[in-house]
Amino acid sequence: MTGPPVRSGDAPLEIVFEDVSKFYGEVLGVNRVTLTIRPGITSLVGPNGAGKSTLMSLMTGLLRPTNGRVRVLGRPPYDAELMRQVGYCTQHDSFPPGLTGRRFVESALALHGMPRSEARRRAGEALERVGLTGAADRRIGGYSKGMRQRVRLAHTIAHDPLITVLDEPLNGLDPMARAEVIALLRDKAASGGFVIVSSHILHEVDALSDRIVILDGGCVMADGEIHTVRGEIRAHPLQVLIRCNRPDLLAASVLAQDHVVEVKMHADRRGLLVATRDADRFYLLLNRVALEDGIGIESVTPADDDVHAVYRYLVGGDGEPS
Amino acid sequence: MRLPSSAEAVEAVQAVREAPWSLWSRQLRAILALEARKMTSGRRAAFPAFLALAPVLLFSIRLGVLSLMNAGAPTNPEMASQEFANFFQTVLLRLVVFFGCVALFTALFRGEVQERTLHYYFLSPVRREVLVAGKYLAGLLATIVLFCGSVGLCYILFFAPFGRAAVLEHLRGGGLGHLGAYLSVTALACLGYGAVFLALGLLQKNAVVTSVGVLGWESFNFMMPPLVKKISVVHYLQSLCPVPVNEGPLALIAQPTPPRFAILCLVVVATALLVLAAWRLRRVEVLYTGE
Repeated sequence: MTGPPVRSGDAPLEIVFEDVSKFYGEVLGVNRVTLTIRPGITSLVGPNGAGKSTLMSLMTGLLRPTNGRVRVLGRPPYDAELMRQVGYCTQHDSFPPGLTGRRFVESALALHGMPRSEARRRAGEALERVGLTGAADRRIGGYSKGMRQRVRLAHTIAHDPLITVLDEPLNGLDPMARAEVIALLRDKAASGGFVIVSSHILHEVDALSDRIVILDGGCVMADGEIHTVRGEIRAHPLQVLIRCNRPDLLAASVLAQDHVVEVKMHADRRGLLVATRDADRFYLLLNRVALEDGIGIESVTPADDDVHAVYRYLVGGDGEPS
Repeated sequence: MRLPSSAEAVEAVQAVREAPWSLWSRQLRAILALEARKMTSGRRAAFPAFLALAPVLLFSIRLGVLSLMNAGAPTNPEMASQEFANFFQTVLLRLVVFFGCVALFTALFRGEVQERTLHYYFLSPVRREVLVAGKYLAGLLATIVLFCGSVGLCYILFFAPFGRAAVLEHLRGGGLGHLGAYLSVTALACLGYGAVFLALGLLQKNAVVTSVGVLGWESFNFMMPPLVKKISVVHYLQSLCPVPVNEGPLALIAQPTPPRFAILCLVVVATALLVLAAWRLRRVEVLYTGE
């Protein structure tokens, strides 16, 4: 068989970084990161050099921390048996020479100690899942960028890992393939697994993730559910767009509140953009004002309660990682 | 030093019995299959193959020239045995096999780093010791096939100018034993040098300088005092060669090592180097940007 299972009732279902720093000589990779990742989809977001790939390599045992400790399911990440539960799709677009897509995935499963028939079956399933069945028996050297990305994804998921780590998994994929990959990741998370993703595509991070970790300069700037993180950024009041039939009356009512910082009339004069330091109090106020003053409210939408805004406020720049 | 108690001994035996040998053997086979595919598809085995082919081509050309000239063999078979022995030790062993092993074994891990594929192994549930053993065995099989094949062909081509009858008589009269000994020495050279250069490939980023140093040490081994001579691979290989060679007036003569002891020393040293390599591999981090 393929060795003793790592998944057990006693193993803590978490990935823990305890005050972890990683230096490459004098260059800082990550600095005093303390983080706990639990099952679900966690996105690592940050500019180039923020430390996303470093964190991924630390949690998969490819790197060792300079200081601090990493624990994956209660074990050190460079434990060979732990790799049965971990799949890591790195950013490196490189392959062993001379292999077809099928052989590449099968060889990974053979390293798990699987019999050839089992490896072949699982490889076929993984390749079908990423839509590469037709090209599976062609050499990887002749694949397009998108196909190479997909075969690496198949290689990562073929052994059905509990923890799937993906560094820029949507790079080079067309929109349909992206949607398929996102669906695959959601399935993995829904079945109780860990999915840790780094991505530059913030709107997809927004749509995909249960939780984000924002990194900049090797440090964790924010960590948690997007809405929770947004709510804790006090320096930037929450912006709320309200569409209603009496924006002038609404503006007068809300401006009197101490937690409302700014009110702007929308260009079409059928809505207001309100900046408030206390979202909960504002929503309660909105309900009361709407009832008391008879204002018909069509919609209430947070205008900056997303990853773009959170990234912009915490990291700066134009809201997109480079 | 305290001897283990019977309970401890039983525990140790139990641990060995419970070790996942069948898993490790399946993983070893998987590594061998993958490495074989890489060597035949990539460029890793190209230089060793060239080295193995070069002397065969040389002797083929020599045979062709002699045939064209109707010249016959330049010496008698007895002298030819001595000439082949000289050629084997100075050229085949110290150059062809040596540099072939440098090229192939140092690239087993260093090549993965340069090709940015080492992480695939590190992300699999293969113990580092099994990985070292698997890659070493793959390299060993490849070099044995290449260089034993080369030595065997060179031997036959070297004696071919004497004619079929003379060659058969030579083989029946002890030549076959000599051929077997040369092939065994070649295989043991691959075993010894393979372990040296696999370990060097892991211990150093650029093993070229150290490899040249090893070549120097091996080449000037004949001048060293008897005790120092034993710190080399070539000393034990020379002890196993069927025909001794004259190492010149500067050579310091040492008692040849008994064959069984020579083989044992080579195996023990190779094993120790592989253990060192596995220890080093446990500490290797996958960081391609510096390569």
